[in-house]
Amino acid sequence: MTAVTLDEVQQRSVGGHTRWVRLSHWFLAASVLTLAVSGFVILMAHPRLYWGPVGNDLTPALFELPISRNYKHGGWAAPVTFVAGSNPIVSQARTYDIFNENGWARSLHFLAAWFLVVTALIYLAAGLLGGHLRRHLIPGIRELSPRLLWHDVIAHTHLPMPRARGGPPYGTLQKITYFGVVFLVLPLIVVTGLTMSPAVTAAYPVLLDLFGGSQSARTIHFLAFAALVLFLIVHVAMVVLTGFKSHMRAMTLGE
Amino acid sequence: MKKDNIALTRRKLITGLASTGGALLAGCSSKELPPTYGNVLRMGDLLTYRTFRMLLPAQSLAREYAHGDISSSPAVGNTNPADSQQPTFNADRGPLYDRLRTGDFADWRLRVEGRVARPASFSLADLKRMPARTQITKHTCEEGWSAIAQWTGVSLRTVLDAAGILPSARFVNYYAFDDIAEGIDMLDALHPQTILAYGMNGRDLPLAHGAPLRMRVETQLGYKSVKFLERIVVTDEFDDLGKIGSLQNGWAWYVGI
Repeated sequence: MTAVTLDEVQQRSVGGHTRWVRLSHWFLAASVLTLAVSGFVILMAHPRLYWGPVGNDLTPALFELPISRNYKHGGWAAPVTFVAGSNPIVSQARTYDIFNENGWARSLHFLAAWFLVVTALIYLAAGLLGGHLRRHLIPGIRELSPRLLWHDVIAHTHLPMPRARGGPPYGTLQKITYFGVVFLVLPLIVVTGLTMSPAVTAAYPVLLDLFGGSQSARTIHFLAFAALVLFLIVHVAMVVLTGFKSHMRAMTLGE
Repeated sequence: MKKDNIALTRRKLITGLASTGGALLAGCSSKELPPTYGNVLRMGDLLTYRTFRMLLPAQSLAREYAHGDISSSPAVGNTNPADSQQPTFNADRGPLYDRLRTGDFADWRLRVEGRVARPASFSLADLKRMPARTQITKHTCEEGWSAIAQWTGVSLRTVLDAAGILPSARFVNYYAFDDIAEGIDMLDALHPQTILAYGMNGRDLPLAHGAPLRMRVETQLGYKSVKFLERIVVTDEFDDLGKIGSLQNGWAWYVGI
């Protein structure tokens, strides 16, 4: 393959990242941060996670997070029993005044989600057409040999880390990580988010079967968010450890 | 799962298409869509509403579950309109609700008015004489939890037909005995699973779940399924319902998401 794309021409002449990568990077960064903060506020209203189609304060949780005063809150009126027995079906009126900022948090979450989805689609289209995804993000077969991978892992354990020039070509672990975020975590987080929507799941009930119910989808949505936060921490740490200034120049000015 | 009443009559289809199709046209007047008040969050809500109406197939049915899937259901928000300690208590309708409830709702009436040919009021017995629909569906609360319950009631469409919706009608707003009101567009109002429920899990609707009658909108979040219904008003233009509506309290009007 000797075809030279526009991306490569720019890369060779100025280094750093191409303009559309820089723009989409910061749009995505702003969207993800807004989604993380608003999503956390939404989770604070009901910090219990479940598996299956349903889950509420009167059914068992998979796990609970001590992130707001709603954590294991009391304040429930005496139960009204619909079906008695070993596995009773009851109703209880809530008398506790919960923390709930979902009025703005939900709308902000979906607004940021629109920015994320639109930017990600432009990024994917440009990445496919310009060859960025194929040449820089998808690891080659030879790169994936256990020996080379192990070598790359060891290289990441030595401090201080060698300075890196901002922009591609990326190391194999770096490629795998970016590939995982772009093609696995972000799509998963969007689709599980939509699986919580009553209108979307009415139109496409297959989503409920795919994730085992909307509460399972909510739990996967949260775990994908946790994975994304872990990525952000490592990503920023690597930027700092391998030359903060040159990376920032590469991702802002493209130098 | 009941699928017998999905087919729309031609008139209803035209009414539905006129209201939603009109709302999607670029040049339509602002009174045909929820206002944004220049608020960027409300603009995002509007984008979601218009995109859902444009991309999602109209009137697909929400999943219906088996009897064994019924779960326990928390009752949140106002659990008794007669309780003056509740933040949405209304000083006029609260005591009235208390009197009606003492009389087992025998004197309770649901008023249907606005853009209808024959404004009417229905007793609980009137509603129970109409064709009933029972559905086991999932209630999704904006807080993040959900519950599956069996709801029995009369299709909102049946009641609107009895009053005769006028062709220009675009929205259906409904008011509770406390200071709560909500509204939906004609597409959700005519949805086969949008019912006025008087029964829950095989018994009369319990007090905390909205006795004697509540709305069930299965394609939107729980707060559109208003409890303790008092009145239904059909309108041509969008009404933000003032201080008792969700919009002026900072909540999205369309919550299919």
